[in-house]
Amino acid sequence: MARLENKVVLLSGGASGIGAETARQVVREGGKAVLADRDTAKGEALAKELGAAARFVALDVTQEADWTRAVAATLDAFGGLHGLVNAAGVGVRNSIEDCTLAEYRRVNDINALGTFLGAKAAVAAMKTRGGGSIVNISSVLGLRGASYAMAYCASKGAVRQLTKSVALHCAQMKYGIRCNSVHPGYIDTPMVAPRLDGTVGNMSGRQWLEELHPLGRLGRADEAAAMILFLLSDESTFSTGSEFVCDGGLTA
Amino acid sequence: MNAELEGQVAIVTGGASGIGAATVALLAEAGARVVAADLQEARGGPGRFVPHDVTDEAAWRRLLDDVLDREGRLDILVNNAGISGRMGSIESTDVALWQKVQAVNSEGVFLGCQTAIEGMKKTGPGKPAAGGSIVNVSSIAGLQAGNGAIAYSASKGAVRLLTKSVALYCAEKKYAIRCNSVHPGGVDTPIFDNLWQMVGREPGKAFLDARHPIGHMAEPRELAEVILFLASGRSSFVTGAEFVADGGMTTGLMRRPPLGAS
Repeated sequence: MARLENKVVLLSGGASGIGAETARQVVREGGKAVLADRDTAKGEALAKELGAAARFVALDVTQEADWTRAVAATLDAFGGLHGLVNAAGVGVRNSIEDCTLAEYRRVNDINALGTFLGAKAAVAAMKTRGGGSIVNISSVLGLRGASYAMAYCASKGAVRQLTKSVALHCAQMKYGIRCNSVHPGYIDTPMVAPRLDGTVGNMSGRQWLEELHPLGRLGRADEAAAMILFLLSDESTFSTGSEFVCDGGLTA
Repeated sequence: MNAELEGQVAIVTGGASGIGAATVALLAEAGARVVAADLQEARGGPGRFVPHDVTDEAAWRRLLDDVLDREGRLDILVNNAGISGRMGSIESTDVALWQKVQAVNSEGVFLGCQTAIEGMKKTGPGKPAAGGSIVNVSSIAGLQAGNGAIAYSASKGAVRLLTKSVALYCAEKKYAIRCNSVHPGGVDTPIFDNLWQMVGREPGKAFLDARHPIGHMAEPRELAEVILFLASGRSSFVTGAEFVADGGMTTGLMRRPPLGAS
């Protein structure tokens, strides 16, 4: 039997990067994928490619009403909701000296508030339908700091902690809902792409990022997706409130 | 008298009560000139009170101008102001509560760090540019989360990580400004007033005492001592680090009577 047979998974940021690759794997493993994204063109194209097991729904993760609509569309299309992947996020370079309050708030709204609202909408739907699995994409920068990504670090630290709070609440309420965070290193996706150009010292951006990882390369989206798939599936039924690192050894 | 902070100037946000008030007193004892910045007026005690709202960017600008104007320098910032917010789980927390807690606990610390760096660069020891110590009060909720206060846990997780980013940035820039986070367990301060009102102070305190392996909540002074260490030159090799003072609460597993047993 396929690993996600009959499971319905909603993915924010599902139109590109880790979200898109996870959607592909969900469908490959027998599940249904609802791609939720701001990028309608990309999202609809991928949904079409994935066929009858996929749908697209427009989503701005910072808008609570959008989440209500996305969950309703998911239930409507596939009759259930078993998994949520909070993959939408922005990677922004700024330091404590050059980040404005407006930018700090924008990054935290998308990455942290967006994840909070997604988890809230999913818990409401899953708790009366036999439970499910929520996977929040944090980052290695939710575990370690970076001088050049102050607001991003803060937002991913918030995701790391809110994940545990969701996990404990759902455990106490016996909802059968698990919630875990995934901490990827630098994955070769559109979010990281702008970092590959340019130079750091006498290295190209790509070389510099590659050398951060003891494995000597960037991660691939399918490698991050494989970890998310494990957490969505019933292979991980005893894992909740935990941190899953996928970083080529960066934090080791 | 211990005067290791002689000649130094410190700002303590939330300095009117709790850990903040104890920190103001201890830094002053160590010889620092201390500004207690708070929404509420400090009642007596050492230090100069300045009304301050940590969520207000313009207020930070005024505070820095005031301190540089009157004290001539800034060496230490303790970002202690924080709110617990109404208790709320993933289900019962709304966007308004989320944003209110992030504004004080997360944005307030961000603005504080940014302002302090500007002040310390201008005036620190070894002028013209050079140094100081920023201490951010996070929480054990920034290390382990509770089920009942998701907005608070998220905000303290943000503080834990932004602290590291600030530490690395200042190190890279050779500003000689250190930045560390402190993670208190239960400390007997007004932040628990809501809880005391709900369950009564004595039963509430007995419950919390029993949650700490060491057998009791902390007194504010015990946290102020940790903050003093990080503020002082004794911690000159410490930056980007997490200081836990929680009576063993996050240490591991412990046999204890079931909740409710006496």
